[in-house]
Amino acid sequence: MVALTAEKQDQNLLSRMAAGDGHGEKSAYFDGWKAYEENPFHPIDRPDGVIQMGLAENQLCGDLMRKWVLEHPEASICTAEGVNQFSDIAIFQDYHGLPEFRQAVAKFMEKTRNNKVKFDPDRIVMSGGATGAHETVAFCLANPGDGFLVPTPYYPGFDRDLRWRTGVNLVPVTCHSSNGFKITAEALDAAYENARVSNIPVKGLLITNPSNPLGTTLDRDCLKSLVKFTNDKGIHLIADEIYAATSFGESEFISVAEVIDEIPDCNSDLIHIVYSLSKDMGLPGLRVGIVYSYNDRVVQIARKMSSFGLVSSQTQHLIAKMLSDEDFVDEFIRKSKLRLAERHAELTTGLDGLGIGWLKAGAGLFIWMDLRNLLKTATFDSEMELWRVIVHKVKLNVSPGGSCHCHEPGWFRVCFANMDYQTMETALERIRVFTSQIEEESLILTKPMAKKKKCWQSSLRLSFKDTRRFEEGFFSPHSPVPPSPLVRAQI
Amino acid sequence: MKQLSTKVTSNAHGQDSSYFLGWEEYEKNPYDEIKNPNGIIQMGLAENQLCFDLIQTWLAKNPDAAGLKKDGQSIFKELALFQDYHGLPEFKKALAEFMEEIRGNRVTFDPSKIVLAAGSTSANETLMFCLAEPGEAFLLPTPYYPGFDRDLKWRTGAEIVPIHCSSSNGFQITESALQQAYQQAQKLDLKVKGVLVTNPSNPLGTMLTRRELNLLVDFITSKNIHLISDEIYSGSVFGFEQFVSVMDVLKDKKLENSEVSERVHVVYSLSKDLGLPGFRVGAIYSNDEMVVSAATKMSSFGLVSSQTQYLLSALLSDKKFTGTYLNENQKRLKIRQKQLVSGLEAAGVTCLKSNAGLFCWVDMRHLLDTNTFEAELELWKKIVYEVKLNISPGSSCHCTEPGWFRVCFANMSEETLDLAMQRLKEYVESTDSRRLISKSSHERIKSLRKRTVSNWVFRVSWTDRVPDER
Repeated sequence: MVALTAEKQDQNLLSRMAAGDGHGEKSAYFDGWKAYEENPFHPIDRPDGVIQMGLAENQLCGDLMRKWVLEHPEASICTAEGVNQFSDIAIFQDYHGLPEFRQAVAKFMEKTRNNKVKFDPDRIVMSGGATGAHETVAFCLANPGDGFLVPTPYYPGFDRDLRWRTGVNLVPVTCHSSNGFKITAEALDAAYENARVSNIPVKGLLITNPSNPLGTTLDRDCLKSLVKFTNDKGIHLIADEIYAATSFGESEFISVAEVIDEIPDCNSDLIHIVYSLSKDMGLPGLRVGIVYSYNDRVVQIARKMSSFGLVSSQTQHLIAKMLSDEDFVDEFIRKSKLRLAERHAELTTGLDGLGIGWLKAGAGLFIWMDLRNLLKTATFDSEMELWRVIVHKVKLNVSPGGSCHCHEPGWFRVCFANMDYQTMETALERIRVFTSQIEEESLILTKPMAKKKKCWQSSLRLSFKDTRRFEEGFFSPHSPVPPSPLVRAQI
Repeated sequence: MKQLSTKVTSNAHGQDSSYFLGWEEYEKNPYDEIKNPNGIIQMGLAENQLCFDLIQTWLAKNPDAAGLKKDGQSIFKELALFQDYHGLPEFKKALAEFMEEIRGNRVTFDPSKIVLAAGSTSANETLMFCLAEPGEAFLLPTPYYPGFDRDLKWRTGAEIVPIHCSSSNGFQITESALQQAYQQAQKLDLKVKGVLVTNPSNPLGTMLTRRELNLLVDFITSKNIHLISDEIYSGSVFGFEQFVSVMDVLKDKKLENSEVSERVHVVYSLSKDLGLPGFRVGAIYSNDEMVVSAATKMSSFGLVSSQTQYLLSALLSDKKFTGTYLNENQKRLKIRQKQLVSGLEAAGVTCLKSNAGLFCWVDMRHLLDTNTFEAELELWKKIVYEVKLNISPGSSCHCTEPGWFRVCFANMSEETLDLAMQRLKEYVESTDSRRLISKSSHERIKSLRKRTVSNWVFRVSWTDRVPDER
């Protein structure tokens, strides 16, 4: 088969796109996924399995969601209460989307921005998740060979979503830990210049706010300066606000929509928002992505492109009903933030106790953990070595900063919203054991010939005497539907 | 506007064509039996609305599937989290078996070779991305579904070169037409990567004969190119002859595990056969591992909603339901098609003999003032504005002969279809009498119209249009 494949490439039977690696899934970091899939953690059946901390899913309010669905059979077009709508919905493929869907989504977007700004339902364009939304925006704003500036570290999926089929380049805007990875004017200018030198016409700046993988939010001044930067250069600003409602900390989330009016002569034709219900509502399987643009022409064309990734009308109907239930939505957002804050606190308190650093942030479904002092050398090779130990020995699948294009080795994204309290405790215990073993080994080493600082090369045995009580109804690896192995690079 | 891509500033999305403009007119004045009895009747919409009752009955009998439950327990949470681009295994298995059932279980489909997509719109585009570089071409027999101009070319940069088919032999594909198209592509310096056919055909409503299928397989074998068979209407066949898929032909020629079979890809969808276009369920079936692998990754841009996958896996796994449904669907389509054909005949209009699809390919050449596309569009305008029927002109389907129209029959009630035929009959009868007007005044009007029609046809439409109507 391999020989045949080579032959096929020679004959150019398949496109370069199909035969190449532009999908980004050959990166070494997918080993973490494999390790998890081969040996997934279960508190009773597989207590030594790999705990999935590389999956940015919001599972903390699934119970609220399920309860609502059970109490509202009319939201389904299949139940006795809703089946009278079946045929109308089943034939509905208008790429404008159900009006009630757009209205409900617009309202939800307003609520998740603390009702500080209005969203126009007529500007809401559907897409196949935020994945589809990003690709559509890239197709609309850039030609093959053009570039978008993207602050690092960034979500690894962007390499595929923005570049693969569009031919668009990503030019990194390097951010450093020295100032909490904030985006500086110097970094922006440097990136812009790099693009110019590489002959890449810059078409826009893509920011994720709240940030993945950092979990930080942009403050008002920074946001305004980014809008001004892009306006001055006549380039687009794309704000991926997929984590808007996951902001649980003291610093509130500010949407780009809020600052547009605060900037005199702002050219809103250059401002676009990508959104989705995958994170804020924990519904990645329903594929609800949104392109919201202030540019009429982009709205028109993105809408035509949405034919390639419309939201199932069955789902539009459900979401329209759900998000129109304002009491439910308010309660959901409130509880979600509380539970995220709690789970975040559990993780960070645990890490504090172990002397492990993490970037102060108040949003997202993950923390940005600092393991620089555990690296043999300040290199990405060292980071990969450490990561392999964490995956295979400590049995935690976390995401190495290198996969997020972080400029400095030693940072890891660790997700916390896809597990229950007990699993979190288990993960922390494993980290405790790991760090204490490193301590022991470095003490042993310091005695005779202390050259290395901390070494993690000994094999680590994990032992748990107690089996934790499994929280009924929570994320069950034995659900009838296979657990989301998520080969799509959402890490 | 330099700040937007050329994909935005060009009109390559193809939605300025008359096919979509007819929609506008319908939307402004849609027929309603009670509220707007003089409105435009939609006959440009290839939808199957004849069998919803069967699905609704099934839903009532299957509360678990209907309620997103398994063994009485809600699995909503699990479905809400399921975004694996390999798709729900039970769904792909059920879909594979459904596709087998449609082909009389003569061929097998391996679920692992199925890639799910957001409708066949997405499936076709994805296949193009996998098989063609920008500037490379696929050959398509004319007339073809207008949406292909967008789906196959717009964002992929691929080209379409037509294989000209004519009414002289019922628009069948001939060897010389294939060769001519291939040579034409070469003249245009376009590398041909494959042939794409729709079988059963949209807009013809006919099935490819074994002769044509053999011809196609031989052709792609000799040229070492791909064959994509869009079989979206495979479950909507209602004649005496059974549907012959390209997979049947591969099997008959003993090419099932050959290298050639890796260059044959089938596209399917549940939008037509099951009447569920809103659910966005499309599929690519390929024997080429690399295509399956790449297309699967690309499906991230348009996965099928997990709640939809779950519902349909239950529906399609119920073999009693699928057997009954396919049978009943065929019966109802046949009756409705007959009604259209008789109605046309009463108006003195014939159509291409067909036994599949949701439409007929109607011959109105005798109603044209002249044998030109201008005359076709004139006639079409009259039919839309005066007769108040939205039908699709052949030119929008790239037909090489003027005077043919696609008329759909499965998206309305019997009464509405009757009314539509009545209107057409009245129009034809009045036209016959008007043809007795003096020739000179007729010539004057014709030359005036020629100019205004050209302006009208090619004006750019800046309003959004409903897509995806086959």
